[in-house]
Amino acid sequence: MTPSTPAYTAMELMACVAARTLEDRRTVLVGTGLPMIGAILAQRTHAPGLVIIFEAGGVGPRVPTLPVSVGDSRTFYHASAASSMHNVMSACQAGYVDFGFLGGAMMDRYGNLNTTVIGPWELPEVRLPGSGGGNDVGSLAQRTIIILRQDKRRLVERVNFLTTPGYIDGPGARERAGLPAGSGPYRVLTQLAVYDFDEATKQLRLRATHPGVSVADVQAASGFNIQVADTLEVTSPPTEEERRLLHEIDPAGMVIGK
Amino acid sequence: MEILAQGKGELIGWHDPDENRRWVLENKTRDLRDKRMSVPQAVREYVHDGDYLAMGGFGHIRVAMAVVYEIIRQRRQHLVLAGKTAVHDADLLIGSGCVDRIEVAYAFAQELRGLSPASRRAVESGVCRVVGEISNAGYQWRFLAGMLGVPFIPSRNMLGSDTFAYSACKTARDPWSGKPVCLIPAAYPDVAVFHVPRCDMYGNAQIDGILIMDWELARAARRVIVTTEEIVAHEVIQERPWLTAIPFYVVDAVCEVPFGAHPTTMPYLYYFDEEIIGEWLDVSKTPEGTRDYFDEYVYNMPDQAAYLEHIGGATKRAYLEDVEHLRQPLSAPWLQKK
Repeated sequence: MTPSTPAYTAMELMACVAARTLEDRRTVLVGTGLPMIGAILAQRTHAPGLVIIFEAGGVGPRVPTLPVSVGDSRTFYHASAASSMHNVMSACQAGYVDFGFLGGAMMDRYGNLNTTVIGPWELPEVRLPGSGGGNDVGSLAQRTIIILRQDKRRLVERVNFLTTPGYIDGPGARERAGLPAGSGPYRVLTQLAVYDFDEATKQLRLRATHPGVSVADVQAASGFNIQVADTLEVTSPPTEEERRLLHEIDPAGMVIGK
Repeated sequence: MEILAQGKGELIGWHDPDENRRWVLENKTRDLRDKRMSVPQAVREYVHDGDYLAMGGFGHIRVAMAVVYEIIRQRRQHLVLAGKTAVHDADLLIGSGCVDRIEVAYAFAQELRGLSPASRRAVESGVCRVVGEISNAGYQWRFLAGMLGVPFIPSRNMLGSDTFAYSACKTARDPWSGKPVCLIPAAYPDVAVFHVPRCDMYGNAQIDGILIMDWELARAARRVIVTTEEIVAHEVIQERPWLTAIPFYVVDAVCEVPFGAHPTTMPYLYYFDEEIIGEWLDVSKTPEGTRDYFDEYVYNMPDQAAYLEHIGGATKRAYLEDVEHLRQPLSAPWLQKK
């Protein structure tokens, strides 16, 4: 295999990285799309005891095939509970949710997300869906994982609308605002790299690059300067088994593609 | 209680708890009475111009679509919509011009299918106005406060965000811990509309699968319309009363509408009709296409039976049952274009 012709797509790689970030015997509240696929793949590989939770009420399903919605019947297929949003969001607020897993439209260096509007709120250039459950998950889950495609328009110095809080404007800001102690963004996954947040500054920090991606590539696809960890890892490519499972999970190619 | 911050969103659907309690005392019935009526009659009696409307279900899960179509057919105007994960329901209600204000937790998009052209066009051109932002749990807890008959619910979401800054919520100092908490105001929709698998003629409505926020919303709303796949005898409800998610005393109208969530999905019965939803997302890219869609699927359809025949009748129903039960793979026009 040469680096210029990888045997896998960017979506497959992101889904695999998403899955590998999750831990067995933990709870994860997932959003639509890649977070769902990542959680399902994790459950079918290294984390059979992963408890997948959906905001509309599904708790602990064995998801048979990729749902279109976080509320369709696939989200409570062979589940422990078909409950309600109140049940799930209360559990999140009370500390029962280890991981929140969100897709994002735009993000800044503190992991704050904008999924509401481009341009002024009163007169939007592009109106996006809004918070949905995103603000709740980013506020209330203990560790938030964010997955998005990165480029200069999406990784921005400061989000123009802070839909979902990351570390807001630095250390201690979440706690000062009243958000649960010790909670916040944990990992950011993109088509180029994996990031965490620097303990001292609470700013985005490059942790691993994907195969064939350089630090310069990562920096070129960001609207702000990104810190780099002392030891940089390289992501292992998707295995054949992971790729087979991904297409079994999403046979229609809704997210993974054909 | 020390108020630390206040969102600038417009407060809609709030009442002083004593005012709402008095309204309930004076207007809601307590006896087991026959509430069956047709969908057109229910909309005429309980959905008025300017009402604050909330749809049960989850935007494209278990939505009372026959009522959505009838609201459009009766050309209601200036409705204010609870954008509590508003998906296909909101897209049609905004695209048809019935709704011109919305409080948004989630709207203008269809999850994996992408953004919704008609409702986005309306909001970006100012035809439909966003009165405020909130989150899904925030909306859910607005209804919880309404259901409890209390003025607000304290919570720990939305703090430190612009979602809060553009909401109708306030931040206060918790008198016990001293930490900031978000105060989410109660919401009492003028009317809420639900679709369920079975209900008796009194309004005891049972739900299979997730409740989403229907439990709270039904108890917070002033008027409640229930459409049901099947009206069953009261004795059927009595056999398994623990499945009753919405009790009769909050319900005002019961309408029997088989296949009544189409083209949204009804858990355990039928999956999304991606063909129809895909057609809508495609043609609604232009105002002309949007108008033609409403002519074809709403205005020119005399009733639900004619609509169901038009979208493929029993053959379509059987296919969507197969997809729901994983006997057939999902296919969708929007997938081919991806």
